[in-house]
Amino acid sequence: MTTTKKNASLGLFASVQLALFLLCLLASTSIIGTIVPQNNPAAFYVERYGAATARFFQLLDIPDMYNSWWFLGLLTLFAVNLIVCSADRIPQVIRLVRRDSLAIAPEQLEKFPLRSERHLVEDVPAAAARVTTLLRRHGWHARTAPLNPGLLCCAEKGKWSRFGVYVVHCSILVILAGALLGSSAVAHKVFRNPLFAFKGSVMLPEGERTAHIFAHKGGERLDLGFALRCDDFTIEYYGNGMPKTYRSTVTVFDGGAPVQTTDIEVNRPLTYKGVTFYQSSYHPFQEYRVALKKQDGSAATTARISAARQMDWPEGGVSYGIINRESQGEVTRRLKIWFTDNQGEPSVFWVNADQEAAIERPSGIYLLTIGQRYATGLQATKDPGVWLVYGGCLLMLVGLYIAFFLSHRRIYVYMQPDETGCHLLFAGDANKNKVGFENNFAQLINKLDSNT
Amino acid sequence: MDSSQLFGIAMIAYLLAAAFYLGLFLFKVERIGLVGTLLALGGTCAQTAAIGLRWHESYQLGVGHAPLTNMYESLVFFAWCTSCFYLALEYRFKTRIMGAFVMPCVAMAMAYASFSDRIDSQINPLIPALQSNWLIAHVVTCFIGYAAFAVAGGLGLMYLLKQSAATRPNRSGRGMTDALPSVQVIDDLTHKTIVFGFMWLSAGIITGAVWANEAWGTYWSWDPKETWSIITWFLYALTLHARFTRGWRGRRIAWLAILGFIAVFFTYFGVNFLLSGLHSYGSA
Ligand code: HEM
Repeated sequence: MTTTKKNASLGLFASVQLALFLLCLLASTSIIGTIVPQNNPAAFYVERYGAATARFFQLLDIPDMYNSWWFLGLLTLFAVNLIVCSADRIPQVIRLVRRDSLAIAPEQLEKFPLRSERHLVEDVPAAAARVTTLLRRHGWHARTAPLNPGLLCCAEKGKWSRFGVYVVHCSILVILAGALLGSSAVAHKVFRNPLFAFKGSVMLPEGERTAHIFAHKGGERLDLGFALRCDDFTIEYYGNGMPKTYRSTVTVFDGGAPVQTTDIEVNRPLTYKGVTFYQSSYHPFQEYRVALKKQDGSAATTARISAARQMDWPEGGVSYGIINRESQGEVTRRLKIWFTDNQGEPSVFWVNADQEAAIERPSGIYLLTIGQRYATGLQATKDPGVWLVYGGCLLMLVGLYIAFFLSHRRIYVYMQPDETGCHLLFAGDANKNKVGFENNFAQLINKLDSNT
Repeated sequence: MDSSQLFGIAMIAYLLAAAFYLGLFLFKVERIGLVGTLLALGGTCAQTAAIGLRWHESYQLGVGHAPLTNMYESLVFFAWCTSCFYLALEYRFKTRIMGAFVMPCVAMAMAYASFSDRIDSQINPLIPALQSNWLIAHVVTCFIGYAAFAVAGGLGLMYLLKQSAATRPNRSGRGMTDALPSVQVIDDLTHKTIVFGFMWLSAGIITGAVWANEAWGTYWSWDPKETWSIITWFLYALTLHARFTRGWRGRRIAWLAILGFIAVFFTYFGVNFLLSGLHSYGSA
C-alpha cells in the first residue's frame, strides 16, 4: 500500500508493529523512574551516584524523566501512532457496517465458518415465516430479500460493536488531551497564562490570610484573585495515638468580604472558583494559643504564649504559664500548667492540648483551653483538564466492554425450493467469541428441528 | 471464634486443597480432585465469613472500616479473589486440574500473610489518607484484576508444561500432563482470563487516579506504585494486541501471561518492600 515516500512513513505510523514496539519501550523505560528517585536536588544525585553518572542523568533528564523530552516524545509518537492507525482502519469499518448485509452472493455463504443444511416439507414462504419467527423470538432482527430462485434471510447482532476498539483508542487520546490541558507547562507556553492551570501550595499560619500561592514548578507566586484565611487547624488522634483527622477551618474572602467558612480535611478538599485546596501538611509553632474564661461568664480572654513564660491576666486577676510539655516530634500532646489567682497555693496540673480544663480556685472556677499554634499546609490546584481525563476514563471502560464482550454476529438462511419442499442453508459467523456463537448457532437450528 | 481463627482454618483448607489438586495432577484419580475442590470451597466459605467477621470486629473496636486497608488485609483479599475466580472457572469449564497451578498460589498468599513477621495482622484505625470510599472501589477492582492475572499466569505455566510434554515423545508410557486440557483450550482460557483481568486492572487504575485526585489534587504523579501499575497495563495491552493483530498464540502468549503476572507481583509486593512512595503502607 506504500508507493511514495510520504506513504512509507504513514505506513509505519499505521502499523501495529510500531504500537507493540512503543508499548514495549514505554513499559521498560518507565521502570527507570521507579528506581532512580525523582525530582531531588542535583546534589543528591552526585552524592548517590557519583559525578559522572549524575552528569549523564542530567543529560537525559533522568531526575525528572516523566517530563523529559524523550519520554514525552515517546508518548507523542504513541499518540500519533494511535491516531494514524485508527484513521487508517476506521473507513474500512464504516464501509463494513454500512454495507447492506442482504447484498451477498450465495457462493459467499459457502465460505462461512459455520454452516448447516436442512430440508423442510413446505414451500419457501412458509419456511421463511417459520425461520424469521424463530429468529425474532430469540432477539434477532431478521430481514428477508428474494434471491433467485428462493429467498435469503439475514439476521444480525452487534454490528456497532466493531467500533468498540476505536472507542478505546479514542479514549486514550481524550485522556492525553485532558492531561495536556491541565498541565502547567502548557498553561505557560501555549496559553501564556500561568493561572490557567497550576499546582502549588501555601503554608498558612492560623489566623492569617493569603491571596496567593507558590507554584511547585519554579516557586512562582500566583495570585488567586481571592483570599483564604486559616481560622483553625486541628489534629485529632485515635486512642492508640495514630492520627485520625487533620482539619483546617478556612474562610474564603472574595472582594474583601467573607463568602464561606469550610473545613478542609484529607480526602475532603475545598473548591472555589476552579481552584481546589487540599489538606497536605502542617507545621507546628512552638507557641500556644490560650482561651481562658470564668465559668460564671463574667470575663474571658485569649492570648498567645510561649513555654516557660509567665502570663498575667489582670482583669481576671490570675497568672499562669506552661512549665512542662510532652511532645511527639514538634507536636505538643500534653502540657503542664501552672495557674494562680494569688490566693493560696497555685494549681499545677497536666492537660491535653486543645482540651478544656476546669480549674477550681478560691476566686471561682476558670475554664482554660490551651493548644499549639499551627500553620496548615494546603496544596492548591487548578486543573481544567480533569473532566476530560475523567470522561476519557469512562469512555475507556465503555469501549473495553464493547471491544471485549460484544461481537458482530450474522446468521444467513438461504431458502431454495426443491421437488419435495424447501432446502435451507444456514451460515453464520462472529468476529469474536466464536465458540459461544457456535453454540448459539447450533441451538437455534436445534430449536427449528424440534419445532418441525 | 474470632476472625483470625477463621482465617487460620481457611489457610489450612487452602493448603490441603493445594496438596490434593497436586495429587490429582500426579496420580490422576478424579476422587482426589473432588476432595481438592471441596476443600477449596470450604476454605473460601470460611474466608468469606472471616472477612465479614473482621469487618464487624473493626466496628466493635470503634474504628470501623472495610478490611482492605493494609498489607495483611489486601493479601487475604487477594487470596479470596483468586480462589473465588478459580472456583468459578473450574465450575464453568469443568477443568479441575487447573487447581494444581492456582491453589498453591492462594495457599502461599494466606500462609505468607499469617506467618511473615513483616506483616502486621492487627486491625488498625484508618489514617486520614485512607478515609475515602474510593479506597474500597480501588482495592476491589485492582484485586479482581490481580486474581485474574494470577490465574492467567498459572494457565500459562500449564500451557508450557503441556506443550513441552507433547513435543517430547514420552518414554515412560503415560505422561503427567495427559490429564491437562488440550493446548487450544488452555490457550483460549488464558486469553479470556487476561481480557477479564485487563478490564478490571483498567478500572483499578482509574479508580486509583480518581481517588488520588480527591486526596492529593493530582490524578497521576508517577509514584512507583502508579508507574508499575501502568507498566503492567502496557504489558497486557501489548499481549492483547499481539494476539488480536499479529495472531500470536500459544507459547508466546503463555510466556507473556507469566511475565505479566511477574509485573503484577512486583507492582503489589516489590514496590511496597523495595521502592518508596505514597502507597507503601505495606512496610509500615
Ligand atoms: C499506539 C497505540 C495503539 C495502536 C496503533 C493500536 C492499534 C490497534 C489496532 C490496529 C487494533 C486492531 C483493530 C482491528 O483488529 O480491527 C487494535 C485493537 C485493540 N486495541 Fe489498540 N492500539 C494502540 C494502543 C492501544 C492501547 C494502549 C490499548 C489499551 C487499552 C488498546 C486497546 C485495544 C483493544 C481493546 C483492541 C481490541 C482488539 C479487538 O477486539 O479486535 N490499544 N489496536
